[in-house]
Amino acid sequence: MSPNHIGELFEAALGGNRRALGKLLTMVEKQGSSAAMVSERAHRDAGQARVVGVTGAPGTGKSTITGQLAGASGASRPAILAIDPSSPLTGGAILGDRIRMDNHVGCGAFIRSMATRGHAGGLAVAVPDAVRVLDAAGCDPIIVETVGVGQVEVSIAAAADTTVVVVTPGWGDAVQANKAGLLEVADVFVVNKADRPDARGARRDLELMLDLGHRSRWRAPIVLTTATKAEGIDDLWAEIERHTAYLHDSGELIRRRGRRRRDEVADRIELELRDRVHQIVQGEPGEAALGRVDRNEISPAAAAELLLAALKPHNPPEG
Amino acid sequence: MSDPCCEAESPIRVVLAKLGLDGHDRGLKVVARTLRDAGMEVIYLGLRQSTDSIVAACEQEDADVIGLSMHNAGHLTLVPRMVQAVDQAGLDVPVVIGGIVPAHDVPTLIEFGAAAVIGPGASAEEVVSAVEAAVARPTAAR
Repeated sequence: MSPNHIGELFEAALGGNRRALGKLLTMVEKQGSSAAMVSERAHRDAGQARVVGVTGAPGTGKSTITGQLAGASGASRPAILAIDPSSPLTGGAILGDRIRMDNHVGCGAFIRSMATRGHAGGLAVAVPDAVRVLDAAGCDPIIVETVGVGQVEVSIAAAADTTVVVVTPGWGDAVQANKAGLLEVADVFVVNKADRPDARGARRDLELMLDLGHRSRWRAPIVLTTATKAEGIDDLWAEIERHTAYLHDSGELIRRRGRRRRDEVADRIELELRDRVHQIVQGEPGEAALGRVDRNEISPAAAAELLLAALKPHNPPEG
Repeated sequence: MSDPCCEAESPIRVVLAKLGLDGHDRGLKVVARTLRDAGMEVIYLGLRQSTDSIVAACEQEDADVIGLSMHNAGHLTLVPRMVQAVDQAGLDVPVVIGGIVPAHDVPTLIEFGAAAVIGPGASAEEVVSAVEAAVARPTAAR
């Protein structure tokens, strides 16, 4: 893929060509050789869009809410990145978020489904790249939806300007929320399916947890929604906008985005290192060292020490 | 399409949908599962889609192939419309048909531009290989 061709795709995507944007997203999703070029090009123009993360347990209504938020934003070119897990056994995935979205958004929103594709570390770099591409293509807001189970999925949704955490009545008490690690990342809470009994109880539980937490200038508001009836969605969008304003006024936006970029760079190094570790372990020196471990000649720790030498840089990086 | 020289092959991305007024989606769900288990990424659109919504999904998702399930006896009308919509959008995406299609209509559908027609008795292997043949590459399960 030549830089010229990538430039043309960006031009087309910026003009609203869905196919060009779809192709660019495929390139960053693959994280192959053209991904770096696409990422480079996108980074020049990125940073304009509001990025909203939506996460929560499976079945809480994230997709429906996400689709409706895109509509409620009133924006002309909203985008949705819907992330679903790949099967660890076959690498395949059923990406079913669109069926919950299409009905609400009409054809206005650009919706892209992404599978985790086996290694979670890859997702940690593919998603920021995809957001960057959507941003550079003029989409705004960009809503990233992930299942809120597992560290990586939560952290991906949390790598947003505003993170929305969705729960439902009867989802468990506050202790569960703490366990899931969702409380810390929430800028806005949603109690969805609020037409069910005990929605108020769920809200009370959350309030209690927030009371116990450390004080900061922003206290996460709790919005009750019934997404299937589109109730509370406008309130939710209003709270997201209020949070956006807070981010701007407090300077938190600059800090957050700085942190996000730093994390991404670290993630990229980590991913590269992990690949090299695999190469070393599966390569000849690895086999030799592992053989000695098998024969009880050296300990696993000693083998690791031995092989680490192969990772040490021959030249220190240039500043 | 991908350039195999410098890109790792990725999973085949399939858009699965029912076109128009057709409420029987049980077979499509089975196919979705089958293709997933073969290592493909299935973008499941489900019931009551239009040619426009399917084309939009193909563009946004950069899909490799469309799978349409037909149980409303509308295949002779709807399949050519689908193929035409794909062509008009300038997409190079084959359309594979499944569901209930009388045997004597199969050659007509192929003539209309369907890449393959899979009957109700097809095995999981047959479904997978029909999709792979339409895309002209195996899926890269990882």
